[in-house]
Amino acid sequence: MSHATTNKTTAAADHPAPEVDRRPLAKRRRNRILLQVGCILITLFMALPIYLIALSATSSRAALQEFPLSFIPNNFSLETMETFLQSTGILGGLINSVQVGIFTLVLSLIIGVPAGYAVARFAFPGRDPYQLFLLFTRALPIVVLSVPLAQLFLQTGLYDSVLAVVLLHTALALPTTILITSSVFLGVPRDVEEAARIFGCSPVQAFLKVVMPMAIPGIAAASIFTFVMSWNEVLGASILTLNQRTLPAQVLSSLAESPLAYRFAGGFLLVIPALIFIFFMRRYLTNMWGSTIR
Amino acid sequence: MLLIAPSIVFMTLLFGWPMVSGILQAFGGPEGLTTANFTRMAQDPYFWASVGNTLLLIVVMIPIQFVLALAMALLIRAKPRGSSVYFYIWAIPLAVSDLAAGLVWLTVFTDRGYLNSVLASVGLEPFSWLAYDNYASMFMAVLIAEVWRATSLVFVIVVAGLQSIPKDYEEAAGVFGAGFWDRLWHVTLPLLRPSLQTALILRTILAFQTFAVALALTGQNFPLVVGETYRWYTGLQDANVASALALVVMAVSMVTAVGYLKLLKDQSEAPR
Repeated sequence: MSHATTNKTTAAADHPAPEVDRRPLAKRRRNRILLQVGCILITLFMALPIYLIALSATSSRAALQEFPLSFIPNNFSLETMETFLQSTGILGGLINSVQVGIFTLVLSLIIGVPAGYAVARFAFPGRDPYQLFLLFTRALPIVVLSVPLAQLFLQTGLYDSVLAVVLLHTALALPTTILITSSVFLGVPRDVEEAARIFGCSPVQAFLKVVMPMAIPGIAAASIFTFVMSWNEVLGASILTLNQRTLPAQVLSSLAESPLAYRFAGGFLLVIPALIFIFFMRRYLTNMWGSTIR
Repeated sequence: MLLIAPSIVFMTLLFGWPMVSGILQAFGGPEGLTTANFTRMAQDPYFWASVGNTLLLIVVMIPIQFVLALAMALLIRAKPRGSSVYFYIWAIPLAVSDLAAGLVWLTVFTDRGYLNSVLASVGLEPFSWLAYDNYASMFMAVLIAEVWRATSLVFVIVVAGLQSIPKDYEEAAGVFGAGFWDRLWHVTLPLLRPSLQTALILRTILAFQTFAVALALTGQNFPLVVGETYRWYTGLQDANVASALALVVMAVSMVTAVGYLKLLKDQSEAPR
């Protein structure tokens, strides 16, 4: 065996391999490398700022005073985050934010899921204007609603309450919830539902026991989206509240008179849900934003 | 019908009513209907600056975002090693609010921030990027933060659009000898039109609403229109002028959206 191989190698050395055009291969490899370089550059641009805010928020106050700042986490400390969390209004704001997010999620599901189901299943009169109406409301700027709503809530005594913000956020999230859930229900075959009816389910039972379980992942996606939208929304929340601020509203209103460390800690706390959200949602993202206006 | 009734009632209450009362408020005054609120709005020294800044930001930012997002989407489509990790990281800013984005970039651009740290460590003079007399660098900072935050949205829409285009078309064009740029310009981009249109409308409308980035980075030094609404309402406690401003934002958004739809439609129907 070994003899044969040696023979072959010597043969190859004696007669150099026929000219092969290696250029396409080299070009391919070069393209692969360029591709990776491009990806890494963009990743740096996208990830570096997040790393830096995490670094700032977990550095001690003394470390933040140094100049030039260190790019390596060599003095990890929770001091900055702790001070931030103990500042007035922050813990309350955090609780309010979570409350507003959860109530918004529940309310928009209660109202949105039936509507999404109707849009997906029934050709009711006025369906097209209804969908156009949803699209229109989705494009409406938040400011336009917030200022008049604040006046309205002042008159009805709802102003400066969690409920006020919940109502505004639900109005903002509802069009998207309906659009997403209707596309989810479109993905559940009608036959399954009809089969359930034939086996003796009432329409409600068929919906709850057969359609819902199949639609759950998509609906979960819609609700996480709603939560994050509510968590991020700052303008409406600041206009509708005074003492019952949500976290972003609290951070925004104390922006001017707060030390840098406070702002960094606030920024980091606001970014954390985004990291988690995108991690769980990365498979659904293209479906959620893929629907186009035709 | 019963199923959509709650949503219609809810939306009418929370959209219809505020819209009407908002319009009334914008024209309302102590004695009947006036346009005094609009006059006050236009006479405010910050108003025209904010309009100029908003428009400049949109005009510069949107082309950058679309080119960048398209490049990112094409890179992902080429399926490099680790593309799922790249996709995750590139999509993160999608869920970051504009306030948070402003604070994130504040760590970079502030006087004793990371950018100046880099400059100092290579022996260059630190620079106050966000000072009010350095308009260009202030604009750059807001621009970079917005590009960072909002390109992801365009990116995800374009990726979704690319997924729906069969690769065959491009391969066919390649077989007939079209180079990369030819294929991109004559095959991929026309097929992406619906996605790009959606992204363009969505991005422009959202771009008009940007304000917290600038507020977090520069305070009052770089006013944007929606930021002005916030200032009139919370700072100056004048809901009428705030409503007038809000109305301006809405009118401009609507006009832009309709304009885009018309423009893109006309082009696609034009004979080639």
